[in-house]
Amino acid sequence: MTTLSDPPKGGFRVSILINDTRYRSYTFQFIALIALIAAFAYLGSNLLANLRAAGLNISYKFLSEPAGYDINQRLIEYTSQSTHFRAAIVGILNTLLVAVVACFFATVIGIFVGVLRLSNNWLVNKLMGVYVEIFRNVPVLIWILIIMAVFVAVLPQPREFRGDDATASMFLDLFAFTGRGFYFPRPYFAAEWATGAIGWLTIIALLIASFFGARALAKSAAATQEATGDRPTTWYFTLAIWFVPLIAACVIMGLTWELPELKGFNFRGGIYARNSFIALTFALSIYTAAFIAENVRAGILAISTGQTEAAASLGLRPGRIMNLVILPQALRVIIPPLISQYLNITKNSSLAIAVGYMDVTGTLGGITLNQTGRAIETVLLLMAFYLIISLSISAVMNVYNNSVKLKER
Amino acid sequence: MKKSVFFGAMTVAALAAGAAAAGTLDDVKARGKLNCGVTTGLVGFAAPDANGEWQGFDVGVCRAVAAAVLGDPSAVEFVPTTGKTRFTALASGEIDMLARNTTWTFSRDVDLKFEFVGVNYYDGQGFMVPKALGVSSAKELDGATVCIQTGTTTELNLADYFRTNNISYEPVPIETNAEAQPLYLEGACDVYTTDASGLAATRAAFENPGDHVVLPEIISKEPLGPLVRHGDSEWGDVVRWSLNALIAAEELGVTSANIADMGAAAGDNPEINRLLGTEGTLGAMLGLSADWAKNAIMAGGNYGEIFEKNIGENTPIGLSRGLNAQWTDGGLLYVPPFR
Repeated sequence: MTTLSDPPKGGFRVSILINDTRYRSYTFQFIALIALIAAFAYLGSNLLANLRAAGLNISYKFLSEPAGYDINQRLIEYTSQSTHFRAAIVGILNTLLVAVVACFFATVIGIFVGVLRLSNNWLVNKLMGVYVEIFRNVPVLIWILIIMAVFVAVLPQPREFRGDDATASMFLDLFAFTGRGFYFPRPYFAAEWATGAIGWLTIIALLIASFFGARALAKSAAATQEATGDRPTTWYFTLAIWFVPLIAACVIMGLTWELPELKGFNFRGGIYARNSFIALTFALSIYTAAFIAENVRAGILAISTGQTEAAASLGLRPGRIMNLVILPQALRVIIPPLISQYLNITKNSSLAIAVGYMDVTGTLGGITLNQTGRAIETVLLLMAFYLIISLSISAVMNVYNNSVKLKER
Repeated sequence: MKKSVFFGAMTVAALAAGAAAAGTLDDVKARGKLNCGVTTGLVGFAAPDANGEWQGFDVGVCRAVAAAVLGDPSAVEFVPTTGKTRFTALASGEIDMLARNTTWTFSRDVDLKFEFVGVNYYDGQGFMVPKALGVSSAKELDGATVCIQTGTTTELNLADYFRTNNISYEPVPIETNAEAQPLYLEGACDVYTTDASGLAATRAAFENPGDHVVLPEIISKEPLGPLVRHGDSEWGDVVRWSLNALIAAEELGVTSANIADMGAAAGDNPEINRLLGTEGTLGAMLGLSADWAKNAIMAGGNYGEIFEKNIGENTPIGLSRGLNAQWTDGGLLYVPPFR
């Protein structure tokens, strides 16, 4: 067999970059890349030239100067004498806190609503439809503001708990629900050696040990079942593995509860969840849950009804059909859009300042920016932060997606 | 420096405009309009009235400068700015001057490259609390929840004050005055803090102003004044002396009622003559017409008249002159001579 035409051999000619289909696309991509870099370099140099003309320069020295302002919610030690950098870290932690909590609740509510929306019960089905349509179609900023306004207006303020003719009282004397936030009892360890982080680390270590213990037990039970066909009853052992060491540790370390108490202007003591945190988390959760519900519904509908019918003909109950047959397959469809919903929550959390929640946009991009006047520097830092966080979430979720997606062999 | 208009606009329109910083006076004259940055709305200082006309104490300064430069007090484009956006707006050239009860501080003057041209209101930070709380001094505020407007010197003063007195508080940062009001009224914060003049203006807008008290402590010095960009001294001079003309007019007894007579022909007082342009060439030195100061004063009256009309004791805001009286009346207003 002979070839009709030999491909041109040897030698590099400039023309092949355009004429040869093997190289042509690379050539154009390369040109586009160069043009893009040149454009950005031009914009950057223009920016620097204009800044210089205005007598300004790019400098990050302000990060090591004292911030001078206070932040209400601090997950790490911070005073007004700490640096702007530390203020930014406090803000970053607040952002991450609200994002993680909101992602959790949005997922739970979203899956719940998405499944219920496919219910055969007309009322449940329609109610969920109304929820999804209302929350999805109103901007999240409006939701944040409405929820905050309702929260502040409806719940009693600390002043209403005060005095003999108080119109509000604490729930069971343990919880205080006020317009400024919720106060919960705070557990702590009274034993001398267990105060601070050591006590909690002990608890976490115990829980991890219990987890592996319970897994080993389940494995041995499974092995027995394989061998004999009978699965030994293990639930009381499992319960014991989880709770006996935990309760023992709590007793030994002297677990006590610090109760919130009205002192002066505010409640003191206990765990304080600020109104801004609750309103923001709640608004982000229910808003994003509406989208997640639609993703879940789409994922479930993507599984052909034949699967349900086949499972039903095997005698599975509807709950088990959902858990064992439909959801595992639906996850493949649900996960990718879920990633982008998680990213949306993280990015939407930058609306926090609307309710006075001090996230990173409020500290670094808000007060620090104002006090130092370093707008470009802080905004660049903010962009870098959100980019890193978003890409990290994408990376983690993609790993998970790879583990649940259809394996093609 | 100033490359192509296209790319300049593409980056950030603001940054390209920054390149045109030199010669603001010529720009304003060529444009026929003064771009003046004001608040987004603080009754008495700068807020649109029922007809959409901007009214207020800071607005009066803008109108006086417009009248001095362009001869027309209505040739002003009011640009509402927040505590956050105001400096960027000025630095980028979006506005020619900023009259937005802005505190004159070292770092703003030196580090942010602005030029404060004077002080039009001597203020200080105060606290407002509901009367029912029974608080009579800021030192009793240990543990209180305090609403603060972010992006101002207020939050720094507050942190310093509570640290010095070794008492704790819970700051609630709020973006604008309008958002702070409902939070304070609902009781989500015990205390609202901002400049004392702002507190008075805010309280005046309440349904029952009598239910709230402003505590006696003034915890900071807040000299509020108009500012321009650094590096354009000609323009800085124009704004500085327009403001000075208003204050000097009050000192010299020139009012909107008698200015027409006084400015018509040279009178007995040489300083008034120089101010109103009937003698000397002060206007030409500034690059303005001879009757620049006359126009500025006719725009809304002298300093005292603008004060009384917008924030004085007969207005709902009800501020007394206090530190803002003429030096001859024991106040701090003292302008250099017009000579």
